[in-house]
Amino acid sequence: MRLNARAFSLVVNRLLIALVTLTIVLVAVFLATTLLPGDTATMLLGQAATPEAVAGLRQAMHLDDPAALRFLRWVFGLLHGDLGTSYANNLPIAQLISGRFVNSMKLAGLTSLLAVPIALTLGITSAMLRGSVYDRCVTVITIGVISVPEFMIATSAVLLFAVYLKWLPALSFANEVHSFSGMLRVYAMPVITLTFGVSAQMIRMTRAAVIETLDTPYVEMALLKGASRRRIVLRHALPNALGPIVNAMALSLSYLLGGVIIVETIFNYPGIAKLMVDAVATRDLPLIQSCAMIFCVGYLVLITMADIVSILSNPRLR
Amino acid sequence: MTMTPSPAPIATETNPAKSLAASRKPFGYRINAVGIIGLAVILAWALVALFAPLLIPHPVGEIVDFDYFGPMSDKLWLGSDYLGRDMLSRILMGARYTVGISLAAVTIACFSGVVLGMIAAVAGGWIDTVLSRFLDAMNSIPSKLFGLVVVAAVGSSIPVLVITLSVIYTPGAYRFARALAVNINAMDFITVARIRGENIFYIIRAEILPNITGPVLADLGLRFVFIVLLLSGLSFLGLGVQPPNADWGALVRENIGGLPFAAPAVIFPSLAIASLTISVNMLIDNLPKKIRDRSA
Amino acid sequence: MANLVEIRDLKVQATTDSGRKIEIIKDVSLDIADGEIVALIGESGSGKTTIALTLMGHTRPGCRITGGTIRVGGKDMAASSEKERARIRGTEVAYVPQSAAAAFNPAIKIMDQVIEITQIHGLMTKDAAQVRAVELFKALSLPNPETIGSRYPHQVSGGQLQRLSAAMALIGGPKLVIFDEPTTALDVTTQIEVLRAFKSVMRKDGISGVYVSHDLAVVAQIADRIVVLKGGEVQETGTTEALLADAQHPYTRELLSAFEPKQRAARTQDREGVKPLLEIEDLVAGYGERQADGLPLVKAVQSVSLMVHNGRNLGIIGESGCGKSTLARSIAGILPSAAGHIIFNGRELGRHARERSRDQLREMQIVFQSADTALNPAKSIEDILGRPLTFYHGMKGKARDARIDQLLDMVHLPKGLRHRRPSELSGGQKQRINFARALAAEPKLILCDEITSALDTVVAAAIIDLLKELQRELGLSYIFISHDLSVVEAICDEVVVMYRGEKVEQIAPQSLSRPQHPYSKLLFSSVPKLDPTWLDGLVQDPELVKAYQVAP
Repeated sequence: MRLNARAFSLVVNRLLIALVTLTIVLVAVFLATTLLPGDTATMLLGQAATPEAVAGLRQAMHLDDPAALRFLRWVFGLLHGDLGTSYANNLPIAQLISGRFVNSMKLAGLTSLLAVPIALTLGITSAMLRGSVYDRCVTVITIGVISVPEFMIATSAVLLFAVYLKWLPALSFANEVHSFSGMLRVYAMPVITLTFGVSAQMIRMTRAAVIETLDTPYVEMALLKGASRRRIVLRHALPNALGPIVNAMALSLSYLLGGVIIVETIFNYPGIAKLMVDAVATRDLPLIQSCAMIFCVGYLVLITMADIVSILSNPRLR
Repeated sequence: MTMTPSPAPIATETNPAKSLAASRKPFGYRINAVGIIGLAVILAWALVALFAPLLIPHPVGEIVDFDYFGPMSDKLWLGSDYLGRDMLSRILMGARYTVGISLAAVTIACFSGVVLGMIAAVAGGWIDTVLSRFLDAMNSIPSKLFGLVVVAAVGSSIPVLVITLSVIYTPGAYRFARALAVNINAMDFITVARIRGENIFYIIRAEILPNITGPVLADLGLRFVFIVLLLSGLSFLGLGVQPPNADWGALVRENIGGLPFAAPAVIFPSLAIASLTISVNMLIDNLPKKIRDRSA
Repeated sequence: MANLVEIRDLKVQATTDSGRKIEIIKDVSLDIADGEIVALIGESGSGKTTIALTLMGHTRPGCRITGGTIRVGGKDMAASSEKERARIRGTEVAYVPQSAAAAFNPAIKIMDQVIEITQIHGLMTKDAAQVRAVELFKALSLPNPETIGSRYPHQVSGGQLQRLSAAMALIGGPKLVIFDEPTTALDVTTQIEVLRAFKSVMRKDGISGVYVSHDLAVVAQIADRIVVLKGGEVQETGTTEALLADAQHPYTRELLSAFEPKQRAARTQDREGVKPLLEIEDLVAGYGERQADGLPLVKAVQSVSLMVHNGRNLGIIGESGCGKSTLARSIAGILPSAAGHIIFNGRELGRHARERSRDQLREMQIVFQSADTALNPAKSIEDILGRPLTFYHGMKGKARDARIDQLLDMVHLPKGLRHRRPSELSGGQKQRINFARALAAEPKLILCDEITSALDTVVAAAIIDLLKELQRELGLSYIFISHDLSVVEAICDEVVVMYRGEKVEQIAPQSLSRPQHPYSKLLFSSVPKLDPTWLDGLVQDPELVKAYQVAP
């Protein structure tokens, strides 16, 4: 795909906006976490600490510096890979996070691998067979899944597979996996839960995108040229729907970020979302900051990519 | 040359209003069974939320069962929870929190969003740019994350929850209302009003607002669903409504231990949430449409 | 000679939004002989496109064929299966759509779409198809026939796309081609080229055609026989000459009279020395950033000067892109001018409507083309008419109600309409309300911006009559902007011709039929007349045509 000047400038524009948004988001994350109540130094040293010790620690940790300075110090540290140290257990955060991050990525990866083919198939076929019983069933089920909270899908999955059918264990101990079937049993429930949620979003958006291209005058024209339905969908509708569909996929994957928080908690899965939820409970400032930042950056990357795909898929830019 | 004489007299224009009169349905609306069911369920829960203390069979905190996670029975219609308290009562009281907080938050969010959106659309220029950039940036923070961090920072009292939830969903309402208002703004009847000399407040109030009310209310319904889901999610994580009060999400959290036993205590609060959100969706998808006879 | 097409007692039913089923085509019968071009003429809603589409066994969503037979080349389309119909589409019957721009897939190259019929039905190899396509491009007088196929649809102009869609239809060698209002969206000068191209290709190969249109003059140029439709029924059928010379049916006569240009009774120039109502001096207006000289980047209106006297009408005519709408908006203050003067009633007006007094705004009203977007759908007619009364004249209560009744009377609408919403009214009724709203202000000058362009010819003629009547009664003046010469001639005393932002000529009332400037001559000669021999006998200097091409 050749990028002509106008397309290029639109993409660059969008990236700049993303950069600006990233800055605003980093500031917001920083501010929000520094609002956490309780004096950090007192918390670390315990209630019995002397005021001098507390003051000394505050100075050592630069807690008395103006907010702007602390923010810049933090960003500087980020760019060098130094995420600070956890308050709870004094370990470097980068070390804590990396393992968990990989775990969460495994979950996200497996989910995407399953969700995308399912969603594409169901979305495109229900658009082609619009109005039929099949389409109505798919619509009802996807609306149902979108309307209910993730924990309800999770609990239903547990009820069905663990309690009634007894096929899978309810909790997962991902770090003790030793065999392929063991891995399957451990990942199955969280992945199934997440896949339901993400696919439902994707199916609705894909279906809408394909229907929009099927309703165009040029598709009617193809029909009037005697084209078969298969040819109309494959040669005329899909090439124009591709952009909106990829856009839809990127947006749906961003829903993963929300769903994974619930799923990791409910299944006790050692991922980065669970780490953050625990950090909130212990008021572990730097850890919360780092985890939140990773989430935000991931979200921003996904929606920026979705927008860029939208821009590039406009055929009038060729 | 052939000729087909036409019996009708020469009319210069057809008047669709006449044909409309011939087939007038009650109120001129086409009413849909699915929409009615949705509306009924929503009204039912609204009434429950209002009158909960009068409806509950047992006081909320009282332990009425020796068994915990007890099954559904004549005495306890929805079984008992992890301490032996009546689930039905707790769910009915929970409606107050879930419906109440969500309704308050969605009203604030949509009101702010609509006002800001209309101002941005009509004023244009730098006001529009600044508002849109700022609210788009806020939209870039995943909602659960935002809720988590803020609630962790400031605590989870009811006012904080309401404000946090409205702040999270205002940008979406803003974007929607602004897009609608921009469309209307481009229409000729707005130009006509402008060159009549009308001021900006008249234009917003009398010309734009009546045209966007319908879609905005539908958007309100959708946002209500999002807020209910987010609130329940936060309560499930322990960051929403705090004990001894409990909304439906918190009820699921407390009773999660009953999951291996398939206890009704853990299933029914989820079903309550689902019934509310699905009904709103059903209502929105099947809103009564005014009949406009349009022939091909 | 056997008929290629025989339709007998065709019935098509449509399901409306509310679920009601109404018959939109009622017992229509017509024939098309081999090599004959038949026109389906009617106003919008008469069913002409519906009937044309049934020739391919196709109906728009919500409609279905409920009775009758449609024989094309011996096969009954109504009784065929979808597969059989698909086989015929493109090979025996082909379709040229109304909006070529919408009918082309923006993501696929033109050549691939033009030869698609041959690929779908396996008629010839891809190379042979491309060769045939280029032949057709040449026959249709398209520029760069060798290379135009490698472009995308958005890179090509409207007139070219229309001819390309004809090539797309002809490539399968069909026996019957359906033209669905193909020149409606084109300028008159482009229309001539396209019509000529169609006519020559059809005649050369003896292909039968169905030409759907609402424009009798255009149809008279290309059709052998005409079928007049109204409300889904055939009103009259006949050969073109016979119908134009001596129509029998009252509806056909009504259509014909709406097409005849009604010359305005030339009024004597008795206005010497009287101050003009509106004077425009060297007006410049446009879009884009201000340049160093204070003028905008794109100058849509360049130094235009004109004058309108009390009780007289000025017409502004030109093709798309000539700046006439921009001029109207500048005069009204919607789009502030960048330079020049607007002097109304002896006082200079501010550039922007904000800078003008309420009275100044009141005395000059503007009426827009599309009544759909000019009337607030959420308000009742009463509110729409009542607001200017309250705003300008402070009227309330009974006085206001009485005046609303009066206004409805003036535009010949029933009083019962006041409680309706605009969506319940027809196009012509909405335009009358649009006008009544302008009258409510009691203006001296009304700017009419293409007010009849979206209306059917018969309805438009009625609106023009209304305008004339109101002028006599109320002493109004109009500036009438249009691309349609016959409408402008019917109502205006003087005519200003615009081209690319400049005033090219101002034609005085006495010389309305004799333009002087080359572009005016070209424009006036491009308007189709109700004479079947007009197109064939049309002589236009090709150099002139090239020089003034708005869209090549």
